[in-house]
Amino acid sequence: MTTFSTPTDVNNGVNVKALLDARTALTSAPEAAEFTWRAECSWIKGTHSQASIAGFYGLGAEQTHSRTFRIDADHPTQFAADDAGPTPVEIVLSALASCLTGGVAAVAQNRGIQLQKVTAIVEGDMNLYGILGIDTDVRNGFSAIRITFDIDADASPEDIAALVAQSQKRSAVFDIITNPTNVLVSVI
Amino acid sequence: MTFFDVVVVGAGQAGLAMSHALTLRGVDHLVLERGEIGGAWRTSRWDSLKLLTPNWANGLPGVPYCGPDPDGFMPVAKFADTLAYYAASMSAPVRTHTRVERVHKTEDGFAIRTSDGEIRCRALVLATGACARPQVPSVALDVPASVQHTTPSRYRRPTDLPPGEVLVVGASASGVQLAREIQGSGRPVTLSVGAHTRLPRTYRGRDIEWWLEETGMMDVGLEEIDDLERARRTPSPQLIGGTHPVDLNALQAVGIEIVGRLAGIRCDKAQFSGGLAQVCASADLKMGRFLTAVDELACIQDGEPLAPADRPEPTCLPASPTLEKHLGGGGIRSIVWATGYRPDFSYLDLPVFDRRRHLIHRAGVCCVPGLYVLGLPFLRRRRSPQISGVGPDSEAVSQHLANFLSGQKDIAA
Repeated sequence: MTTFSTPTDVNNGVNVKALLDARTALTSAPEAAEFTWRAECSWIKGTHSQASIAGFYGLGAEQTHSRTFRIDADHPTQFAADDAGPTPVEIVLSALASCLTGGVAAVAQNRGIQLQKVTAIVEGDMNLYGILGIDTDVRNGFSAIRITFDIDADASPEDIAALVAQSQKRSAVFDIITNPTNVLVSVI
Repeated sequence: MTFFDVVVVGAGQAGLAMSHALTLRGVDHLVLERGEIGGAWRTSRWDSLKLLTPNWANGLPGVPYCGPDPDGFMPVAKFADTLAYYAASMSAPVRTHTRVERVHKTEDGFAIRTSDGEIRCRALVLATGACARPQVPSVALDVPASVQHTTPSRYRRPTDLPPGEVLVVGASASGVQLAREIQGSGRPVTLSVGAHTRLPRTYRGRDIEWWLEETGMMDVGLEEIDDLERARRTPSPQLIGGTHPVDLNALQAVGIEIVGRLAGIRCDKAQFSGGLAQVCASADLKMGRFLTAVDELACIQDGEPLAPADRPEPTCLPASPTLEKHLGGGGIRSIVWATGYRPDFSYLDLPVFDRRRHLIHRAGVCCVPGLYVLGLPFLRRRRSPQISGVGPDSEAVSQHLANFLSGQKDIAA
């Protein structure tokens, strides 16, 4: 059995107690655990668009972020675009890396592991024959995604590997990418 | 209508161990069994199945194993015979072929409607176990009609399945054994692998069960576990009662294709999760932690030197695991849902379930006074659902039960 140092002398900036308290509270209030996340996206010009993220629903009520976040997306000049932002697929990769990295910090805090540095390099392979409609056997999306973590922490290599494994197990974006989801697109 | 102080539901190892404990305490009781003694071992398991624990680990209360092959693995039908012999040798009061249909509370106990009339009792012990019913995910509803599907409770042998490709869903003990057996019959098997528990059959020259005992793992109790729900959900290890390796590397070596967890069925295609690497890495890490604990123990043990640490290789993965398989003609012809078992307490008309319909209990003591349960995962200890667990658990639960009965009698007096 792995033994952990007392979490009190470890600070990764994660309030584990609050998270664990929330878990306990939500266990007895299942309706409060039903969240709906949203973003609003407006076309600007060409392939350039801007998403605004301001509010979400959860804990039984409408909630707001501390401010409205805006994310630009576009395509690079190689696609004859203005490169006014990352491509949407890069935002997906970035979301995956952010989700796993945040998870590593939370799990490390819970396990009493002090992190010094965490870097995730994420890559997604894509054959443009899919989105360009050249070959219908090629899918539009990624054919493979790889993430490499470089973690400096006060822990053994096995414990660091376990952190990364647990982070994937509890990651929303990892689940979103690895499993199918019903998507309904409509027009008003 | 007949009356007993205690009624025990189920005459498997748990029910009989309880009968043994109650007899030692002089408590009047009756054991109800819907079929024959050892029922589910006879009627709801496949032909080739052997117990996952070696014979030496399968003693019953008052009767340790003393046969000629302590390291062997017993076919389950033979174990059912052992249970019948055990019941006869202690003259256990078992009423066979009596199915419990409904249980409700009365003023001073329980009323049990059975297939053979009503029985009343002061206390009731549920010993129908953790594996009363196969658990099949709701995605099974989307399987096209051209595909035959079955569960480990109904499957008997590979020839029960049509010729052609087979999808085995679930890579715990049942799934890996069935995948291997079905592949051996000439039906190409795809094994869908979700979260699983990997353990080698032997390590450092000893059966893994021996190490689980030596390290104290089997006796870890409720109070030592910080997430009991998770501990209770832990899948059964990828083991077989025998020496054939059944880990994912061995299965791939005989030609079985491994894919991720079955995530959905869409347009007659099974879709598999892209998270195969994660579940395999997690299982390898957890196995590694346990084997390190074994290594540490091996270092401090004196006496005969142990064999060297023969760690299994990390799980090999296909370069690019398949994400989709066609169901029906030209693809998968049958599916085996090796997706676990669950208890069946549907006969209880009592307020004893949580919102997920799980029986609420603490160490086998339910929230309705006089109601007890045995044979569930981590009921009291990690050992609880195993054959070797029913003795200590029925001993402890019968103690509580005897106190309850004498308390009731004090009130009545």
